[in-house]
Amino acid sequence: MTSGFSVSGYGPDRVGLSKLLARDSVVRRLDWPLLVSALALSLIGTVLVYSATRNRTELNQGDPYFFLTRHAMNTGIGVALMIGMLWIGHRALRTALPVLYGLSVFLMLLVLTPMGATINGARSWLVIAGFSLQPSEFVKITVILGMAMLLAARVDAGDRTYPDHRTVAQALALAVVPIVIIMLMPDLGTVMVLAVIILGVLLGSGASNRWVLGLLGAGAGGAVAVWQLGVLDEYQINRFAAFANPALDPAGVGYNTNQARIAIGSGGLTGTGLFQGSQTTGQFVPEQQTDFVFTVAGEELGFLGAGLIILLFGVVLWRACRIARATTELYSTIVAAGIIAWFAFQTFQNIGMALGIMPVSGLPLPFVSYGGTAMFAVWMAIGLLQSIKIQRPLSA
Amino acid sequence: MTNIPETGRTPRVQIRLIMIQILVLSLLLTLGGRLWYLQIRNGDEYASEASGNHVQRVVTPAVRGSILDARGVPLADNETRLVVSASRTDLMKMRDDGDAVLTRLAEVLGMKPKDVADKVRLCNAETPQPCWNGSPYQPIPITDEATPKQALQIRERAEDFPGITAEPTAVRRYTAPGKANTAQVLGYLSPVTDDEIQAAKDSESPYLRSDQVGRSGLERTYDKQLRGKAGVTAYEVDKLGRVMDQTQSDPARPGSNVVTSIDAHVQRVAEYELNQAMKLARTQTDKITGRKYEADSGAVVVMESKTGRVVAMASAPDYDPNAWVGGISGKDYAKLTGEKSNNPLLNRAIQGQAAPGSIFKVVSASAAVRAGYPFNGRYNCSSSYSLGGQSFANFESKGYGPISLGRALEVSCNTVFYALGHKEWQRDGGIKPKKGANDWFYKTARDFGLGAETGIDLPNEVTGRIPDRQWKKDYWQANKDAWCKQGKRRGDYAERIAYENCLEGNRLRAGDSVNYAIGQGDILVTPIQMATAYAAISNGGTLYDPTVGKAVISPDGKKITEIKPTSHGKLPIGAKTIKQLNGALRDVATQGTASWRFGGWPHDKIPMHAKTGTAQVYGKQTTSWLATYTKDFTVVMTISQAGTGSGASGPAVRNIYNAMYGLDENGKQSLKKALLPKPQKKLPKIDSDGSIHAPKVRPYEPLKEEDPVDDPAGEEEVFTAGPPGFGGSPGVGGSPGVGGLGGAPGGAPPAGLPPAGAPVTGRQP
Repeated sequence: MTSGFSVSGYGPDRVGLSKLLARDSVVRRLDWPLLVSALALSLIGTVLVYSATRNRTELNQGDPYFFLTRHAMNTGIGVALMIGMLWIGHRALRTALPVLYGLSVFLMLLVLTPMGATINGARSWLVIAGFSLQPSEFVKITVILGMAMLLAARVDAGDRTYPDHRTVAQALALAVVPIVIIMLMPDLGTVMVLAVIILGVLLGSGASNRWVLGLLGAGAGGAVAVWQLGVLDEYQINRFAAFANPALDPAGVGYNTNQARIAIGSGGLTGTGLFQGSQTTGQFVPEQQTDFVFTVAGEELGFLGAGLIILLFGVVLWRACRIARATTELYSTIVAAGIIAWFAFQTFQNIGMALGIMPVSGLPLPFVSYGGTAMFAVWMAIGLLQSIKIQRPLSA
Repeated sequence: MTNIPETGRTPRVQIRLIMIQILVLSLLLTLGGRLWYLQIRNGDEYASEASGNHVQRVVTPAVRGSILDARGVPLADNETRLVVSASRTDLMKMRDDGDAVLTRLAEVLGMKPKDVADKVRLCNAETPQPCWNGSPYQPIPITDEATPKQALQIRERAEDFPGITAEPTAVRRYTAPGKANTAQVLGYLSPVTDDEIQAAKDSESPYLRSDQVGRSGLERTYDKQLRGKAGVTAYEVDKLGRVMDQTQSDPARPGSNVVTSIDAHVQRVAEYELNQAMKLARTQTDKITGRKYEADSGAVVVMESKTGRVVAMASAPDYDPNAWVGGISGKDYAKLTGEKSNNPLLNRAIQGQAAPGSIFKVVSASAAVRAGYPFNGRYNCSSSYSLGGQSFANFESKGYGPISLGRALEVSCNTVFYALGHKEWQRDGGIKPKKGANDWFYKTARDFGLGAETGIDLPNEVTGRIPDRQWKKDYWQANKDAWCKQGKRRGDYAERIAYENCLEGNRLRAGDSVNYAIGQGDILVTPIQMATAYAAISNGGTLYDPTVGKAVISPDGKKITEIKPTSHGKLPIGAKTIKQLNGALRDVATQGTASWRFGGWPHDKIPMHAKTGTAQVYGKQTTSWLATYTKDFTVVMTISQAGTGSGASGPAVRNIYNAMYGLDENGKQSLKKALLPKPQKKLPKIDSDGSIHAPKVRPYEPLKEEDPVDDPAGEEEVFTAGPPGFGGSPGVGGSPGVGGLGGAPGGAPPAGLPPAGAPVTGRQP
């Protein structure tokens, strides 16, 4: 194994427009199914967000297209960020990582200051000059990259086959810092995503089974501790109660899940038709443009439309898995594995809660839900995956 | 592109990546499976839930059909009134359960705060009226007599009156045309109960929460036809209740009109004359008790003889049925049901029962003929009849010698029927009946429709009773303990009777059969039963089911469903006997006990038939009965504690006939003045726009007030209670209902009254 992951020769200068259509050009080597699926999800998201908000005058400030344009804009910025990632390359990010990691953690700390804003019980927003950011979304990326850097360094250098315990401990320490901050917000959903990301990273790194099992044990223990110590807010306990018993208080704590299930269930095979859903136009499902966006698809597009969304996620995750398995260096593998864990968990959690098989937590559906930071983060992740894809053959 | 690692990467990572891939795939499959389950497998269920979610139903109540008289005059219709209602649901959300709002409302409406609060409380076993008996989710009417000014105040100060509405609403109106009240026949409405909604849920005509349901009288019998169907408009609304779309509209269908055979004019005359007769009776002194007559209650039935249709039916005391409209007030309810009220809610024409006295003799005469005694045989009308050493007197001990049964009816000779009843009793085995005893007198009574409901189309008719051997047994079983406890061999009258009853009250004694033969003792009949029976004699023998409803006509007048007369049997006597009875009853009116009341009557033009009756009631004054008929009409009147049949009821019945036939005092007929010289055959016409063609109702102008006239001596039979020791005394010691027409013994109380533990009738044990 060579140490051919040197970044020399992979600078931004290589990606010139003139070479775009060359036989071995970046454009040709891109993972197009991945890109098209992600793009399709974002576009479907635009339509769904529009349907959910076009007559919510209290939200859209009188402009039915308010959320549509925002969502499309976010997608555009997201695609630009993807191209930026591609241009920089996932390897080059390694050098900048300490700064990026530090920056993301710093932004999260800012959230805890008066600059932060609380939405839906979690203080996870940062409002700067009228724009609201969710730094925890970026942390997902920096944690993946940071852990990957630490865990792969000695393996990719050819020193070891697997990361040693010390390295694993360091990597975990790196992840624990933002987790603690997020717990303070508290944003339980993101904590869970990060925990799953750590699991994916450890699995992908080839770290000892003991670490993997230990992490699972710690996760279970943590969950029990959280439950027992009563750190959960009442609304969080109610969400679990409503999940455990779908018939619970349909006008109160069970309202959200109940209405979501009604919306999806009433869609049938082909749905009520776009903009025709009574649950959606009647605004019976709260947070329908963000966390419960899947219910719009379920009601208005039916099994075919909602199924298509799941299928598109399937394509995204399938391509990501291919990329993870095909790359030769551990760093890339770990990054891809972390992203897969992230996407897979967040998708399953979000759609699962809309379908009533997961408890409610405020996690957006990647690409589809309305929300700038989350959109930027997932497209950056797509950029990382594409970067891994196009660099693979050259590193062989 | 291959999955085999190109580098020396370890299989562990590779295996784990495949694990991740499998895990991801299974997660996605789980989502897909769940999606299929929700949308395809259970989709329908959720679709209906979704539609229930966002559909608001607005109910427009159906306008209730009118109840019309035979010519189309509305007896019950609807009018628009300003109704102020309170939503209990809204009030209960307030910290003080809406007390402040209700107090303010009481002030605006000029009512007592307590009265308002009482109206919105829910009925239960402990809550007396007034209370709300309908659904707690439905606005509760506080008053339906709000003035426009009050309504405006409530609307303009909506913030002071949360949960209170003031809306124009169609409410029931009992019009009392020409003062024809018809209260008990019409009945009344009250809000539907939850139980009724449940019970009728899957029927053809389910109830709505806002429905009013007929509780009594015609309103109840024809409730289904009158009610119509409420309109439902479904609006699609969003979460905040804003209307997005009108999805479906099911317009209200007004109820059908019920045409009755009641003639408002005749009804008015009947009510007026009944009340006059009672008033007059109260001025008369009862020679037996030495007190003025009580005349506490009475009833009159005017019936078409050939169809059984009821032309007029009055029951006194009566009440204003409008008291029930919009929820009855506490004061009104107490007035209608209190101890002093004497149960004005009872329709005594079908729910009052009393011993018939001598008007029963047509049954006894028929029974005698069936038992083989020739109608024109000779029967000794002695001044008294001796039985076991005791003497049963004829009225004022007058004897007529040997006379026919017809003459016995004409002069109402008791002793003839005593003897016949006694003889038959002996033939049947006396105190120890033979197997297969004929019991002609009892059987014939049943064959005349007595002891059973006539089947009139009004609810809660009572049966009366025929005190035959079986009844005696049952009655003794039920009462022997009390009798034996009370009875004393040498006590006062009541105690001696109880003593006797205790010993042998289970047997039909000689005295029982003797009393029974003249319609005394334990026998009870209702005015409607006697009207049906006398109508049958007049029409050749058919016992018609009396009907008040004549036709049901759709609101647009197009669909007419006639209610045809039906019969429940034939009289058990041949045409010859009927003819003989007819002759005898005619003689009663022309030369017998009723003739002094029909002086000047044009007997040749309008043959009048009559039978008087004066029934003794233990501890009370006598019940007056008068059963009469012409070719077309039968009129039966009874007044409790009012003296003799002809004395108390005679002028009233005569006046009713006078008004119907347009006769003056001297019997001169003026068809122009006649209210109903012939039964009304044609149905009123209803236009397609719902308007009804009806004549104007003229108020009744009675002929000049008559001065009370003393009964001529020997006018008729008055049964004087036989000496103790002969059993047949009117049911002492717990025999219910013999107290004249006072109660509804054995019958149900007017149904549908609020289950508030406030029995309206004061039903006797």
